[in-house]
Amino acid sequence: MTELIFFINQVVIAGAVLGSIYALGAIGITLIFGILRFAHFAHSELMTGGAFMAFLLASLFAAWGVHAPIPMGFVVLPLAMVLGAIFALGIDKGFYAPLRKRGAKPVTLLIASIGVTLMIQGLIRLFFGSGSYSFFENEPKDVFRFDMSALGSTRPLVITEPQILMIVVTAIAVIALHFFLTRSRLGKAMRAMADNADLAQVSGINTALVVRVTWIIAGALACMAGTMLALDVTLKPDLAFNIILPIFAAAIVGGLGQAYGAIAGGLLIGFAETLAVFNWSMVLKPLNTVLPEWLQLPQTLALVPTEYKLTVAFVILVVTLLVRPTGIFKGASS
Amino acid sequence: MALIELKHVVGGYGGAPILNGVDIAIEQSDIGVIVGPNGAGKSTTLKAIFGLLKVTGGTIEFNGESVANSLPDKLVPKGLSFVPQEKNVFTSMTVEENLEMGAFTRKDDFSDTMTWVYEMFPVLAEKRRQPAGELSGGQRQMVAMGRALMSKPKLLMLDEPSAGLSPRYVIEIFETIVRVNKEGVGILMVEQNARQALAFASKGFVLAGGQNRFTGTGAELIADPEVAKSFLGG
Amino acid sequence: MIRRSLTLFAGLFVLILVIGWFMGVPFTSSRLVEAAAYSLIAMGLNIQWGYGGLFNFGIMGFMMLGGVAVTFISYPVNPQFWGSDGPWMLGRALIAFGAGALLVIAARQSHRIGIRGGWKMALTVLAWFIGYCVYRSQIDPAAAYIEANAGFVGGLGAHPVLGWLFGGVLAAGVAYIVGKICLGLRTDYLAIATIGISEIIRALVKNMDWLTRGTLTVSPIPWPTPLPQDYQAGGMDAQTALLSARGGFLLLVLVIFAVAMFLISRAYAGPWGRMMRAIRDNHISAASMGKNVTARQLEIFVFGSVLMGIGGAILVSFVQINDPSSYQPINHTFLIWVMVIVGGAGNNWGAVFGAVLIWLVWIISDPLAQLLFGTISHWSGQIGWGEIPDIQSRASQMRIFVLGAVITIALRFAPRGLIPEVVRREG
Repeated sequence: MTELIFFINQVVIAGAVLGSIYALGAIGITLIFGILRFAHFAHSELMTGGAFMAFLLASLFAAWGVHAPIPMGFVVLPLAMVLGAIFALGIDKGFYAPLRKRGAKPVTLLIASIGVTLMIQGLIRLFFGSGSYSFFENEPKDVFRFDMSALGSTRPLVITEPQILMIVVTAIAVIALHFFLTRSRLGKAMRAMADNADLAQVSGINTALVVRVTWIIAGALACMAGTMLALDVTLKPDLAFNIILPIFAAAIVGGLGQAYGAIAGGLLIGFAETLAVFNWSMVLKPLNTVLPEWLQLPQTLALVPTEYKLTVAFVILVVTLLVRPTGIFKGASS
Repeated sequence: MALIELKHVVGGYGGAPILNGVDIAIEQSDIGVIVGPNGAGKSTTLKAIFGLLKVTGGTIEFNGESVANSLPDKLVPKGLSFVPQEKNVFTSMTVEENLEMGAFTRKDDFSDTMTWVYEMFPVLAEKRRQPAGELSGGQRQMVAMGRALMSKPKLLMLDEPSAGLSPRYVIEIFETIVRVNKEGVGILMVEQNARQALAFASKGFVLAGGQNRFTGTGAELIADPEVAKSFLGG
Repeated sequence: MIRRSLTLFAGLFVLILVIGWFMGVPFTSSRLVEAAAYSLIAMGLNIQWGYGGLFNFGIMGFMMLGGVAVTFISYPVNPQFWGSDGPWMLGRALIAFGAGALLVIAARQSHRIGIRGGWKMALTVLAWFIGYCVYRSQIDPAAAYIEANAGFVGGLGAHPVLGWLFGGVLAAGVAYIVGKICLGLRTDYLAIATIGISEIIRALVKNMDWLTRGTLTVSPIPWPTPLPQDYQAGGMDAQTALLSARGGFLLLVLVIFAVAMFLISRAYAGPWGRMMRAIRDNHISAASMGKNVTARQLEIFVFGSVLMGIGGAILVSFVQINDPSSYQPINHTFLIWVMVIVGGAGNNWGAVFGAVLIWLVWIISDPLAQLLFGTISHWSGQIGWGEIPDIQSRASQMRIFVLGAVITIALRFAPRGLIPEVVRREG
């Protein structure tokens, strides 16, 4: 039982948190791809920038003496998401819209998004330096330990307050997105445009409006993902730049353009990464008593050493490209 | 005053013009059919009306109002609708959602229009919850027409509605078009099955090289030996 | 067109003179050698992106491969390693690797004995897993043993130019595998896959201490040409020796550069280049004309990567140290992209011009930004706003912003670069 609780602590909770973050990032990438047909690399910077905005707001609120029962990062999240959405709209207006207007190919937009990535990253580093920050400098990070001795475990079930909130908030966001896409006129128009942009235009759908809504959703969700990532670990300028590969892998594995696919892909990659670096010898230790001398389990028995965590997302990506390039939910392949 | 009137329209995709002076006039009670050889500018004419390519000369008037180079999201509320030839349904969306997208520009309640469309195409009512991509070619064409009718258009434009359909469906689609016209929707369509289409057309336009060659009622054009020889395959 | 290029290159020459005047000849000569190596790399990207329309966002990885290759080939032999059990243990790991590979191949052929569908899939996955475990069971102790007893495997002590070539070969091998998987799919997939592979190469080189010494770095790596010390031993004064040595190195790099330029220009002017342009400009019609698009793209991707591997190897040779933690995607991948975009994608001379210009600008922008920030800080201090803290680190971050701004501005206002591709009329 102790082993099971250990497994839950190390894999289930960590995987759910990581998967949520990947999923929220991947939804934005997949939506932008569906509507504008380009891989938006600067998405990582929407996440990092959003996290820094949330951080500034949280510090501001704390300075004003605002107290809340939940971590400040979550209190300011709605406001930060609004800013994140405006930020995303501004970037589109300033950098991508002029190129689209000129009739530039999606590849040009892709490179422009690299330029935007560098600009935002440069600005963040310029103002915040390259050190790391924590949302929990002035408030404690509550850790809940549920005693599991009733079930015969010597270890408690450990989960931090931000982790619980993260899973809850992600679930709310995903459900809200689902209702938006299936029930609302604009949400359906968004799906229509992702399905067939020419026909959407011919139907009289205001495509410029759909593009704006896409950036708003993508920006808000990216801000949410970035803030949550910063709450879970620490806030630094290359916060999301380092996880752009797993996020893109999640979007591709789920099928580019498919919002539900991005969620599935995000969770898949999140769990796969945590499972791959999980140290099995802790769980399998009891086997040592039955195994012969020459087959004793080593101290560390992870499928992949932690420093190669990144390879997991890459391997899943490559396998997807080889076996089913359209992804689980059959997205665009060409 | 005609519902739609094109006078000497010139236009293309930036390079040399494809349309070199097209004249078309249609009343709301008309079924207009554009025929002609490949590359004559038939589909291009429809696209020019719908703002999908640049009109550089001539006038396009709809209900007496100039609409040249207007974009679809402005044209649809005015009462124009267009069914493209290919990829004319949202394959990942249900039949009902496809129809809803046709009503995107409408702010009022469109449930009666939807009932009307379902009455016209009973088979769609049965499959309303099914993704349009799973339907047969003929049924897709119905979804596409249904979608275009959801905006309650005064003029419905169709680009080769019978392309790729089996002969049985061709007749069915043509019958539907006549029925839609009887409900008070003007029709302007491009057709490859020229003889068949001209048979029920109240107006026919024979295009070649981006210009009108013959204009008349459908019956007149079929009877004209020169049209028959050059454009209707003898 | 030619006049414009000549004017631009003349301007570049003046810029080099100005930098030489202000920063001194030793500084400038170093930068010129680096610029020559970067020209080679930019040419590699120009082949891939300018000629083939292929994304490669993993330039850093290919450069790192070059660095590892030249270190392995040219670094002196490590007798401690060869005298220990290390080679024997590595040999066992190699055998384990071979056994694992055989197992996977066997599982993939299992349909011949009647195993099909899901069972075959399960068997293949199982074979991969067992093969991986067998390999890990041998390589892990070998790595630990070598790190503990010999430090790392050391080099082969061969001539550095061989190392450069090996860098190209290694890069080609990796490019072949990545290209084989991703080409023929969406072009964006290649971009993501190359980012992935370069990050993985970085993780490997950083952590495989037994092979690369990881973050402990390897130095000094020998030069292919005589070092300044060698000249000094011959009785030259320090300044002349330094310049002669660097001049020799630069000459060697320029020879390689000239050969590459000659071969590429010739190929691109011929039928091969015509086909490439057809493929880039119209994928579908080229495919329908019966050209094997994917195979041609694979060729181009591999060729470009070879130049990147060689360029990366030259840079490591020149600075004489292989430090995996000095590689950053911004400095190594995106900087090259800026070079090609600004210079002019599709034109080799444009790429070369961009490489030299951007490299020099990148280098001198650091002191310039320091100067600018210092001035602003002084001024803001005077009017009572306080001085800017941490000017040193902030100024160097400014460069990243400028790099991004250059990309977006160039795309918007000069999408074809300063020396654009010469549009040939064909057919």
